[in-house]
Amino acid sequence: MTTVARKAGTGRGRLGDRLLHAYTWLIIVWLSTPIAVMILFGFNDRKSRSNTSWQGFTLEWYRRLFEIDGLTQALINSLLIAVAATVLTTVIGTLLGLALGRYRFRGRGISNFLIFTAISTPELVMGASLLSLFVSGNLQRGHATIVIAHVLFALAFVTVTVRARVVGLDPSLEEAARDLGASTWDTFRLVTLPAIMPGVVAGGLLAFALSIDDYVVTSFVNGSTSTFPLWIVGSVKVGIPPQVNVMGTLIFALGAALAIVNAVASRRKA
Amino acid sequence: MSQLFRGLTQSRFGRQDASLVTRRQALRLAGLSAAGLALAACGVQGQKAAPPRQSEMEKFWAGKQKNGKVVFANWPEYMPEGRDPLKTFQQETGIAWEYKEVIQDNADFFGKSEPQLRAGQPLGYDIVVMTNGIHFTKMQQLGYLIPLDHAQLPNFAANAGTKFKNPSYDANNTYSIPFQAGITGIAVNTEFVKEKITSIQSLWDPKYKGKVGMMSDTQEIANFAMFALGIDPDKSTLPDWEKAGAKLKEQREAGIVRKYYDQSYIDAVARGDIWLSMAWSGDVFQRQLAGEPVEFVVPQEGGTIWVDSMMIPKGAANPVDALALMDYLYKPDTAAQLAEFIQYVTPVPAVKDVLSAKVGSLSGEDKKAMELMVSSSAIFPSDADYARLRSYKTLSNAEEQSFQNIFQPITQG
Amino acid sequence: MRRVRAALAPYLLALPGGLWLAVFLVVPIATMASVALQTGNLMDGFSQTFNIAIFGEVFAQYHTQFLRSIVYGGIATVIMLVVAYPMAYWIAFKAGRRKSVYLFLILLPFFVSFVLRTISWGFLLADDGIVLAPLRDLGLIPDDFHILATTTAVIGGLVYNFLPFMVLPIYVALERVDPRVIEAAQDLYAGRFQAFVRVVLPLSLPGVFAGVLMTFIPATSDPVNAQILGGTSNTMIGNIIYTEYLVNNDYPAASALSFMLMAVLLIGIFVYARALGTENVMEAAAR
Repeated sequence: MTTVARKAGTGRGRLGDRLLHAYTWLIIVWLSTPIAVMILFGFNDRKSRSNTSWQGFTLEWYRRLFEIDGLTQALINSLLIAVAATVLTTVIGTLLGLALGRYRFRGRGISNFLIFTAISTPELVMGASLLSLFVSGNLQRGHATIVIAHVLFALAFVTVTVRARVVGLDPSLEEAARDLGASTWDTFRLVTLPAIMPGVVAGGLLAFALSIDDYVVTSFVNGSTSTFPLWIVGSVKVGIPPQVNVMGTLIFALGAALAIVNAVASRRKA
Repeated sequence: MSQLFRGLTQSRFGRQDASLVTRRQALRLAGLSAAGLALAACGVQGQKAAPPRQSEMEKFWAGKQKNGKVVFANWPEYMPEGRDPLKTFQQETGIAWEYKEVIQDNADFFGKSEPQLRAGQPLGYDIVVMTNGIHFTKMQQLGYLIPLDHAQLPNFAANAGTKFKNPSYDANNTYSIPFQAGITGIAVNTEFVKEKITSIQSLWDPKYKGKVGMMSDTQEIANFAMFALGIDPDKSTLPDWEKAGAKLKEQREAGIVRKYYDQSYIDAVARGDIWLSMAWSGDVFQRQLAGEPVEFVVPQEGGTIWVDSMMIPKGAANPVDALALMDYLYKPDTAAQLAEFIQYVTPVPAVKDVLSAKVGSLSGEDKKAMELMVSSSAIFPSDADYARLRSYKTLSNAEEQSFQNIFQPITQG
Repeated sequence: MRRVRAALAPYLLALPGGLWLAVFLVVPIATMASVALQTGNLMDGFSQTFNIAIFGEVFAQYHTQFLRSIVYGGIATVIMLVVAYPMAYWIAFKAGRRKSVYLFLILLPFFVSFVLRTISWGFLLADDGIVLAPLRDLGLIPDDFHILATTTAVIGGLVYNFLPFMVLPIYVALERVDPRVIEAAQDLYAGRFQAFVRVVLPLSLPGVFAGVLMTFIPATSDPVNAQILGGTSNTMIGNIIYTEYLVNNDYPAASALSFMLMAVLLIGIFVYARALGTENVMEAAAR
């Protein structure tokens, strides 16, 4: 914090920074507000299959967390798929983003156009046409086809995010590295990658969020594999069990814990 | 914890799904860029099927053997968590089962199954559950269902309620037998509505302006408008629909309808965002059980009964085993297990006796809940209730278009 | 040798992504274009008739929902831009080493399913809920005031659900701006505001462009928020496409609507890029 304060300079600046800091937290709290309700109802001692009015406190649903086989399996599927899709998308999307942001080459225009098209394809169309593609290819629907679809719609988001970072990056650094005898790989690893890292991280986060929350596209290409959002949507008909809230709570808690560890670690590194 | 561990080590959803795309498949897929285009250009062949003749049914079932295995695709939360009915089924018949909660929505399920069925590929399920209505009718008309051999369904014949036999949407239960049913009536928030609601006209009452919820499903609202006009949906024709459309339009333009809801209506009415709403019986019963101020009414002019039915899709690998399981769910004790968990309307009337007998063995909260259940008209409608219940009108393809042209602009304006 | 490799570099980098898009996107889009021009119905089959007139027909039928979607998407995007920029700015310049932690926190609510978020918002914003009831008791809002089932709710829902897609790219573009450049600019132009307008803002434009791209398009075609949060006259084009495709199984109409929507959005994006000069900024920077 001290270095930031020094950089900001004037007193007015420091006040502005503090206001912006508060504002940022305000938005984060706003984004997280519904999570509080979700967590609360994971402790609800519900008397019927509906879990929407507060009936009393219980830890029962934490004890019986893995009692619903289909739900547990759906969550596991979702996590596996999200991790696989995130890794694949981040790698492919970063490379494409680099190519589009850094180089002028034949096919750049068409690639840009495809990226825009991928974002503007309505999810339903993407799902339905992927399904007919898989059916005519007689490709077994399951984890693999879901990952293919998730990579497809997340790819554009990662690419665009990375490209926004790459554009305007000073190429002279890489040239310098190469002139000093670094191999192409070392140049990439030691110079380019660290420079674009914020874009890669942001893109990866977007890909993960897109994958784990998708309903429409997945509902077409899943075959007999269920995912967390699919299972929940279907269970609305007779009442979402509180275990769903508990699983959501644990995902959120795990994420929050990761954030704290990361924050502490980054301080220690300094 | 051990369950989670098992889940991790032996995927219930089969190894095949998890395996990566094989090289052959990848190559085949690559070749598709061209093939897909060619295919797209030539269009989709018509699939319209003639109604099955008795001989067709016999021909299909002749020589079919039990395979000792069945795959059941259903909606989530439609089978007790321990899967007890399926476990006892396996003990008694030796048929192993796989149970998949993969159906979330009729339109979605039809939309993603249709290309596979059209291509002649099996869905991988021996039993699927769909609600009667437009998509179920399409499954029939497109020849995507296998006619049932009722000689293998003795429990259904003996135990199903009369209202569930020979329904208007599937004559003689040719393709389907019910899994569970539900009633569309009116949910009343008793905290805000002090008068006794008995008539469907209350949904058009200006007194409740902005506090009325209607459903977004066109078949649901069409039925209600027809009840309000004194038209029997089963016998309705185009002019009736036009009148019904006008009736709904009037309600919408007067600002009486707050919103055309999907299932979220139940939250809205329980919270008091709306005071009256079209509603499904099971939903309202759940809220009553939770002590929320809602009540379910089957209007005197009529209510809709809808049925989630079991059927065997074309290409099913184990049809004989499928029939065995479908029939097993009609044993009163098994049906009672299902009804107790699902809490909608069971197609087996004897369940009431089974559950009534159980009341004595319970105590405290459980006893109270069971008593409420046995006495609830949302779960065991009276004969007078049943007399007022109608199905959705079964629509031919041509009818469907004019029907939707009338009602979709109301919900999607 | 190195020169050859350098010339090949962009192609090698673009190859996996390009292939992915070519196989899994181009084929479906081409299929959709073909289906749009067919006539028929599910029972009798569809056949290719190159029925161009369908575009006029579906537009005549659904122009209200079409225009409404673009208006909603546009308003939501402007609000997102205004809300997201200050936040992205602070994270990029002032969050120190915890930048990625903040980004993560912004996205964390989206790791739990949209169904749960929606149900929670319904609970919070109910007419007699914990937010509105106290306000009404205090006499701050009229008796019949409500948020759910209104246009405000739909646009609010769009802003809520797509905000991270605006924050992240703007942050990514801002983060590479050297704070010393800003200091120098402040010295030069003698004012934070001037320095911001002349130096920071132009450098962040690629991020703004990416953010608008990633929010305006999905928000305009989104079916979920209108369905869950809207009232009787908030249906958007995404809902119509859903109905035409899955409920009516009118694949040509659904495809034609999708195609028109995509075309309008793509044209919009290119016009926007030209008007804002974003492409120029990007080109200049890339050179």
